[in-house]
Amino acid sequence: MSDIKERISKICPEATFEEGDCLLVSVPEPKWYPLAKALRDDAGLRFDVLTAVCGVDWKDSIGVVYYLTSTSRSWEVIAVKVAVEDRENPMIHSVSDLWKVANFQEREVYDFFGIKFINHPDMRRFFLRNDWVGYPLRKDYDANPELNPIRLTDEINEDDSVSYVEDENGKVKAVPKKVFEEEDYVVNIGPQHPSTHGVMRFRAAVDGETVKKVDVVSGYIHRGIEKLSEGLTYPQILHFTDRMDYMSAHQNRHCVCLCIEKALGLDVPRRAQVIRVMMDELMRISSHLLSFGCTAMDLGATTAFFYGFREREMVLDIFEKTCGARMSMNYNVIGGVIADLHPDFVKDVKALIEIMPSRLKEYHKVFTGNVIAQNRLRNVGHLSKEDAVNYCITGPSGRGSNWSCDCRKKHPYAVYGELDFEEVLETGCDSFSRYMVRMREIEESCKILAQLVDNIPEGPIRAQVPKMIKLPAGRWYQQVEASRGTFGVYIESDGQKNPYRVHLQSPCFNLVGVMDLTCQGYMIADLITIGAALDFVIPDIDR
Amino acid sequence: MFDFGIWTSWFNNLLTGCMPGWAATLIECVVIGVLVLATYALLALFYILYERKLCAWFQCRLGPMRVGKWGLLQVFADMFKILIKELISLKGTDKFLFKLAPYLVITSSVVMLACLPWGNGLQIINYNIGIFFVLAVSSVGVLGILLAGWSSNNKYTLIGAMRSGAQMVSYELSLGLAIITIVLFAGTMNINELVWQQSNGWFIFKGHIPAIIAFIIYVIAATAETNRGPFDLPEAEHELTAGYHTEYSGIHFGFFYLAEYLNLFIVSGIASLMFLGGWMPLHIPGWDGFNAVMNWIPSIVWFLAKAFFVSYVIIWFKWTFPRVRIDQMLAFEWKYLMPFSLANLVLMAIFVALGWHF
Repeated sequence: MSDIKERISKICPEATFEEGDCLLVSVPEPKWYPLAKALRDDAGLRFDVLTAVCGVDWKDSIGVVYYLTSTSRSWEVIAVKVAVEDRENPMIHSVSDLWKVANFQEREVYDFFGIKFINHPDMRRFFLRNDWVGYPLRKDYDANPELNPIRLTDEINEDDSVSYVEDENGKVKAVPKKVFEEEDYVVNIGPQHPSTHGVMRFRAAVDGETVKKVDVVSGYIHRGIEKLSEGLTYPQILHFTDRMDYMSAHQNRHCVCLCIEKALGLDVPRRAQVIRVMMDELMRISSHLLSFGCTAMDLGATTAFFYGFREREMVLDIFEKTCGARMSMNYNVIGGVIADLHPDFVKDVKALIEIMPSRLKEYHKVFTGNVIAQNRLRNVGHLSKEDAVNYCITGPSGRGSNWSCDCRKKHPYAVYGELDFEEVLETGCDSFSRYMVRMREIEESCKILAQLVDNIPEGPIRAQVPKMIKLPAGRWYQQVEASRGTFGVYIESDGQKNPYRVHLQSPCFNLVGVMDLTCQGYMIADLITIGAALDFVIPDIDR
Repeated sequence: MFDFGIWTSWFNNLLTGCMPGWAATLIECVVIGVLVLATYALLALFYILYERKLCAWFQCRLGPMRVGKWGLLQVFADMFKILIKELISLKGTDKFLFKLAPYLVITSSVVMLACLPWGNGLQIINYNIGIFFVLAVSSVGVLGILLAGWSSNNKYTLIGAMRSGAQMVSYELSLGLAIITIVLFAGTMNINELVWQQSNGWFIFKGHIPAIIAFIIYVIAATAETNRGPFDLPEAEHELTAGYHTEYSGIHFGFFYLAEYLNLFIVSGIASLMFLGGWMPLHIPGWDGFNAVMNWIPSIVWFLAKAFFVSYVIIWFKWTFPRVRIDQMLAFEWKYLMPFSLANLVLMAIFVALGWHF
């Protein structure tokens, strides 16, 4: 870590350092872009993944905390804080040309904090309408409903975008842009559409049946979880996580619990850790089965969909017995889990593990091996490994591009470090590889369950936690491997009983960021295939 | 074998005995029209239930079970619901064409239904170019689909209609070539004669290799012609919501829906006519006892059973296979299916010329 400090000081002498759960570097805004370039490109640094972009309003200043990961330095994470004092017209240089994932991330920050990113190609709001008044996540935001009534008219000028371009003298000027050309034939897909897997809207410019460009319009079910969290206590925040990616409810909640436990320095009993891991893996199986079913259905094979759901029912029954719910389980709590396992748990899990191999064979017979399915999935939606890293496509979709990015291996948490399982990788870089990674991950999850099901230790299911949970002042970032990729939580506390800022870094947000890249040149039908194989869940994007 | 011609000629004699000839013909036309439409509606209802039940069993479900015993009345309930629904007229549509389109689709399918040989003596139209007439009428349906997609003033319907046009025009070739193969073998296009020629063995057995190939090509092309999975691109619901009939409601949507199911029956009926003997029972030359037993089963049962069997195969396709993509579908037709059926036609010509058939 000390060599990073040295190297950064050499590039940017003004940088100040702060130790925490990872190194935090504060740099003045004008030095940020050169430093970012060096961080990404310098041989000794190579922070090639932009893990998270969290806008924060510190009242006296406003800015962004970037979390960077270096794959070559064994996944070391550092944070870079960039703040500006101008609240009226805050501007920070965009890094969307260095890390493509920043394109949407910075649009989100602009949407909620009003920070304009210089040289960003498309500075539109991401979630809110372009006629929204104010920036909601600022601490001085006026939530008066009269300012933002429920508007009954269409958004005007939704094709208009702007780019803040800096010339050689350092002067920034706004350059208006159009999202689509005048002669583009734009097909609207969503927000109400059978295959967008939720309330997502794509606008696709097509030439005949070939897709030329895809514009993602998001925010139809945005619930403002990050804003709501700022007014709630830590145990209350947990409930939101089950309602983000509802197919990774356990993992998401596990992540927030881990982050708070890390901040409190709390030791979680081993029994709770094992239960959490088992629930995570069950959730992963359920999620991948759903993904299998939906991919099949989006391709028109409705029968395979029902086969996937038949086995998913077994997982949901296990959840129902132990957690009392089939969706939104609300099972993990700070320090452990909320209730002990149901007496049938071991028996049910064993039955599931036993049945899955034969059922997977059946899926492959009915769908994977089918010549039409193969033709529809293979060589569709090419995403190279470099692009996967640059767009921070984690999870099965990233591993389908042969990028080893499993958080369970890279930053082991709970009891994952002791388990014997393989990180599934496929080299095809296409939709078929992404699909196959999921199918093989079901086997790996079964393997993990088989190792744990007979070794659930006795003991308490949760640690003693204070009645009123207050985190010390500071900031923490925690990641877990959710069903669709690496889920991250950023918590900044000022010592109060509610957090100062919570940022939830969802994997699906990045997944939808590659829709434009992966769909170009393919057909309308492939857009659906690519969406199904990337497998994004909309509530995870619209947090 | 019972000849239904006895009933029809009795009815004809009854009418001509008590009224002038033109009036008798008029009444017969009306009776037949009513019968055809009633058969059409009942068959469509049966097919909807048939498919729903079959697909449910493929998918480890029960299908409709609540309305009536085993859900038998479900389709009637659904039809009544469709009948009482409002016909929504939309802004920006071409009102005349929008309303005309479903009628074109359903008319073409009713006319085709009238051409089928239902049983011994149960046939409405008996042309010397019967099968050619059926092929010609089936092409009118695509016009209705194109108009529906165009007049709706919606991008989804337009893409759906264009896909449909490309698909129908392409697969009609293979369909026609498969039929011509059999016409070449039989030497006639008259539907009645086609059936009688199969009294000593169905064409699929008599024509063996080329006839079996033609049958396979016919079933594939027919699946595409009826816009059914894996060729259901014009209404690919996961891409185009409902394709060309997205904007239709009430009975206008119902017409598309009924026509789709009836077309399934019609292509199955033609398959049974061209390859499986139409209403002709299974006869094996020389086995007189066996043939007599087969004759005892009414001819209309034979026809329906064969048609339902072919439909079953087509429904089975739909509920097993994923959907193909438009370029794959066209490539499959033009690169593989059509050259193959042309070669098969030549093969059949050789077989006929050299007499290598039964």
